Amino acid sequence: MIHRAGSGHPGGALSLVEILAELYARRMRFDPEHPDWPDRDRLILSKGHGVPALYAALAWYGYFPKEELLTLRRTDGRLEGHPDRCRVPGIEASTGSLGQGLSIGIGHALSGRLDQRTYRTFVILGDGEIQEGQVWEAALFASAHRLDNLTAFIDCNGFQLDDAVEKILSIEPVAEKWESFGWAVREIDGHSLGEIEEAIRWADGVRGKPSVIVARTVKGKGVSFMEGNNDFHGRAPTDEEFEHAMKELGAHPEREAFL
Amino acid sequence: MRDIFLEEVYRIMKREDIFFLSDDFGSPVLDQLRRDFPERFVNVGIAEQNLINLAAGLALEGWTVYAYGIAAFLSMRAYEQVRVNLAMLSQWRDINVNLVAVGAGVSYDVSGPSHHCLEDLGLMRMLPNMTVFSPSDGILCEEIADYTAKASGPKYIRLDGKALPNLYKGIGAEELKCGFSEIRRGEKLCIVATGYMTHRALAACESLKSEIIDVGVIDVFLLKPFDEGKLFETLERYDGIVTLEEGFVNKGGLDGLISSLLEKNGSRKSLAALGFKDAYTFDVGNREYLHRLNQLDEESILRTIKSMLD
Ligand SMILES: Cc1ncc(C[n+]2csc(CCOP(=O)(O)OP(=O)(O)O)c2C)c(N)n1
Ligand SMILES: [Mg+2]
Repeated sequence: MIHRAGSGHPGGALSLVEILAELYARRMRFDPEHPDWPDRDRLILSKGHGVPALYAALAWYGYFPKEELLTLRRTDGRLEGHPDRCRVPGIEASTGSLGQGLSIGIGHALSGRLDQRTYRTFVILGDGEIQEGQVWEAALFASAHRLDNLTAFIDCNGFQLDDAVEKILSIEPVAEKWESFGWAVREIDGHSLGEIEEAIRWADGVRGKPSVIVARTVKGKGVSFMEGNNDFHGRAPTDEEFEHAMKELGAHPEREAFL
Repeated sequence: MRDIFLEEVYRIMKREDIFFLSDDFGSPVLDQLRRDFPERFVNVGIAEQNLINLAAGLALEGWTVYAYGIAAFLSMRAYEQVRVNLAMLSQWRDINVNLVAVGAGVSYDVSGPSHHCLEDLGLMRMLPNMTVFSPSDGILCEEIADYTAKASGPKYIRLDGKALPNLYKGIGAEELKCGFSEIRRGEKLCIVATGYMTHRALAACESLKSEIIDVGVIDVFLLKPFDEGKLFETLERYDGIVTLEEGFVNKGGLDGLISSLLEKNGSRKSLAALGFKDAYTFDVGNREYLHRLNQLDEESILRTIKSMLD
């Protein structure tokens, strides 16, 4: 997708693949035929630039045809480089401007509680993203209002746009920070499906406070030369790199085999 | 554009009272800057509001500050901070803060509307005490970078996300302060454009040459403050004016600048404003495509010109 588009963010898309896979395959209730079904679980990708991974999940479950994935960032399509709530079915929030998704998620969670609906709201944030002040305004609010139908994931892949998070503006110890803000915290390996599944089950059981799952991940996971290489934060692979990557992933580039 | 501007800032950084802040935005020149001036370069993280007030604090202590980031976020995510701590403060205190905003208009085309920046010219022009630059080439960028290091006050420098070919050979300090340049002399009609659209205007005029229609082009690179008298004098020579910008029209951008100038001088020339209409563009596509959807492509511009000449 990103190769074909010629631009995009492979690193931050690959780090959240397992989280999305686990949520869509095993946990979330949703109906692609009725994207606005009131009781669906909500998923907000606050780190909007990771959207290619989300598009893949949405296409897999039939929100739109898989072929459409190849129109990412391409003229006359609707798959923008960042999630668009207005035109793409299955997208819950228009993000791309970082730091805003958790607040939107709180709105959904608050509403769900008032309306006595049983859906859960999941929000995925980046580790660089949580440097935004608004995230912490939202964090205060969610625990003060005991929103236990809200679960955040932090995709801790160690990098942001320009460099390592630790070098630019450390967010550590991240688990303690959220704990002190009144959240229930779990720290996991964000590429282990088992740990993700277990953590989601744990979050479902938390009462009286919001929960956050700190997922330790690898930026660019799955492609050897992208792993931990922040050069791939915001650029598409070249033809050569693409072929190499597809080989590693066991796919055939010439057949767009993932379709 | 951004690299030329930053290269110039890199040279200026040798002066020891200059501080550079980045909103987690990169560039190869920036790596060099960080390496050679580690004490005076800080990537503040993804935190625009913090960035602006930090800049204000540094400036009050006497630093000349550059704050660098993506245009949409630098201009709008921390607008209140810019208003209170740069625009208001600078009315009484001498502060030199330069907002280096990359990604003018729809230069981040396929990133979608969250990354388009069509409001900034109007927003920044509205703030008292703000200086607003919108250069169309690298020569201007260099001159502007030099100017910003010397001149006090908060300044917004709107840069294209892509490299643009040079239009100028050189530009003097006086010319820069004047704010505009008539880069192509025409007869009845002229296009007043800024940034990327100046290139579009020139191309449109070229294709009219074969039809013996001579249309002028005025490039406005400083939207505030500029030499109003001189600009009006230049406009006076034309019967009709087309403004052309990569921004919303009727919102106080370039078109507002021209129409209020004409009005102030009691002029009733025919005026057409080309820019983005009162709606966001969600359709995905490259810059040319987004322009076409908003009637900013060459063909549409030519149509407007011809209808005005009729
Ligand atoms: C408000 C805002 N400021 C800046 C940016 C530019 N930007 C896009 S991605 C990014 C880095 C994000 O880092 P992180 O949240 O860690 O994401 P990941 O590592 O998963 O890609 C930045 C600064 C933005 N999209 N929004
Ligand atoms: Mg990260």
